[in-house]
Amino acid sequence: MKSKTSDVLKANKAAGNGSLIGYFPAGYPTLEGSIEASIAMCQNGVDVLELGVPYSDPVMDGIVIQEATLEALGNGFKLKQTFDAVRAITEAVDTPVLVMTYWNPVLQYGIENFARDLVAAGGAGLITPDLIPDEAKEWLEISDKYALDRVFLGTPSSSPERMKTASELSRGFVYAVSTMGITGARAEVDANARKVVAKVREVSTEANTAVGIGISTADQVVEVNTYSDGAIVGSAFVRAYAEGGVEALKSKTIELSARLKK
Amino acid sequence: MSEQNLRSHVGPYFGEFGGRFVPESLIAALDELEATYNVAKNDPTFKAELAELHRTYTGRPSIITEAKRFAEHCGDGIRVFLKREDLNHTGSHKINNVIGQALLTKRMGKTRIIAETGAGQHGVASATAAALFGLECVVYMGEVDTERQALNVARMKLLGAEVIPVTTGSRTLKDAINEALRDWVANVENTHYLLGTVAGPHPFPTMVRDFHSVIGTEARQQMLDEFGFLPTALAACVGGGSNAIGLFHAFLDDEEVQMFGYEAAGDGMDTPRHAATLNYGRPGVLHGARSYMLQDEDGQTMESHSISAGLDYPGVGPEHSWLKDLGRVEYRGISDAEAMDALRLLSRTEGIIPAIETAHAMAGVIKLGKELPSGSSILVNLSGRGDKDMETAGKYFGLLDAKEGKN
Repeated sequence: MKSKTSDVLKANKAAGNGSLIGYFPAGYPTLEGSIEASIAMCQNGVDVLELGVPYSDPVMDGIVIQEATLEALGNGFKLKQTFDAVRAITEAVDTPVLVMTYWNPVLQYGIENFARDLVAAGGAGLITPDLIPDEAKEWLEISDKYALDRVFLGTPSSSPERMKTASELSRGFVYAVSTMGITGARAEVDANARKVVAKVREVSTEANTAVGIGISTADQVVEVNTYSDGAIVGSAFVRAYAEGGVEALKSKTIELSARLKK
Repeated sequence: MSEQNLRSHVGPYFGEFGGRFVPESLIAALDELEATYNVAKNDPTFKAELAELHRTYTGRPSIITEAKRFAEHCGDGIRVFLKREDLNHTGSHKINNVIGQALLTKRMGKTRIIAETGAGQHGVASATAAALFGLECVVYMGEVDTERQALNVARMKLLGAEVIPVTTGSRTLKDAINEALRDWVANVENTHYLLGTVAGPHPFPTMVRDFHSVIGTEARQQMLDEFGFLPTALAACVGGGSNAIGLFHAFLDDEEVQMFGYEAAGDGMDTPRHAATLNYGRPGVLHGARSYMLQDEDGQTMESHSISAGLDYPGVGPEHSWLKDLGRVEYRGISDAEAMDALRLLSRTEGIIPAIETAHAMAGVIKLGKELPSGSSILVNLSGRGDKDMETAGKYFGLLDAKEGKN
């Protein structure tokens, strides 16, 4: 099945370039603010946008993203606005937009309703940090029906069998969790990241792998791209925006993406 | 219902509830835990070790006390029996599960346990087991709860545990669980998450239930041996639901035994300030399992409210959701005021000060007794003692200030 996300990653690779996948929370600090910020990221070097849905209990997120998403909720973010944001971003730029969401909001909205509205808004698919393939039967069917990307996670502790499942069922890319931990900048990207990517490569020649968790510097982005299909950066972007608004976010995007393209 | 064997049911799913809705990073640890538990539960050495610890350390079997003077307030000809989990070491049922999981921690070769706690009962029990087994122990506790349960914080620290106040979200039990899960994701190699209730991802709901099922197994036999009959009805309070499932489980296939779970109704069932998940929630995913939960239309978890820190939780164990939908257990709400009245009544009629959590069950019994025919009997899980609640109760009844008060 075709995947725009996969096409972008593969085209970059074929051209000898790397890819940068950037996270930003919808509704942070406001809906309009998050749209402006996301577009700025896409226009300044982010190849795939990961738009986060603010959620009350984000167990996979560190303090930077927790604070941003709680602020979004405090400012009145509603789930439906996710689609408004996706629509506004995809109308402005051609970058694939994946929605990163914990599972309960999708479940309450209705999995098929969510898929239908996401497609209508121009979204590319979902990254689901707390939905493992074992629990995803309905999502697998619906994402096929609507031709949406679905990104599952592979981690240093995943068994070869589970890695195989994640690689076969993911569309777009496999989210290679670099380290055992939650989101947030780290001085060093764990050597485990290489192992996770190698494990995906062992079981699949097709699947793209992008490495996330702990990546915050241009050196890390470049290094990760030497052995994977992309680097995922979240907290560093959110922190840049929190400290210096859209201008700081643009600078951070340029800084992190500058050395990826020939 | 007669054709079902409810007792033999195990996870990961209880009907449409349960499962493992957690980040992939935790799956290997959950698999390891499940495998270790499945071996241990059939291993005579493990069973003997657990039984011996319960006999010589926990203080099992816990006794049954007939509450004759309390029963006079529960309608005509009603007998009330208390399963005295409050007499366990550390003062509540929580120790049953903690000892079991601490033994599993040793089996897995892990050296550190983390735990969440609301009222502090599970945190104290975990800190106790960590001291007994020589394990490092970190307890996550919502900042709000560290304030209303200051005495239990001191107990945990004295036992050698580190208590980390959680300042995110609503700063109560729900957020303590989030923080414990984050810790576990990062430290899963040497750390066991000693989850304190029958919620969370599989295998926790099944495993924690099994460790607490000793309550009902003992009580059922004691009723038969000492009184010669099974009770008409069972009653227990329900937050996450561990003490309730512990009492109910052995009786699930005794069709003639009715079961009642009492949730915290906070300011009242007609107000938005409550923790009555099974009454007012709807199915969703929280903390790794699909179950009833309090949530808004977007699936954002709503804050619960209760005078009792241990019941102040917007989720509930998946087996309870299943038992509710099957109609096997009826879940009702008890307000703060009703619970506090029952706490005082049990204190004055029986000389037993229950935990505020447990007082919800006692308040339920007062109402239930009046609905049941004369000659009925109610077995209550007296899940914890009230020592930890003296500050709350003292303020509530004005016992700490002679000038005001509700007594």
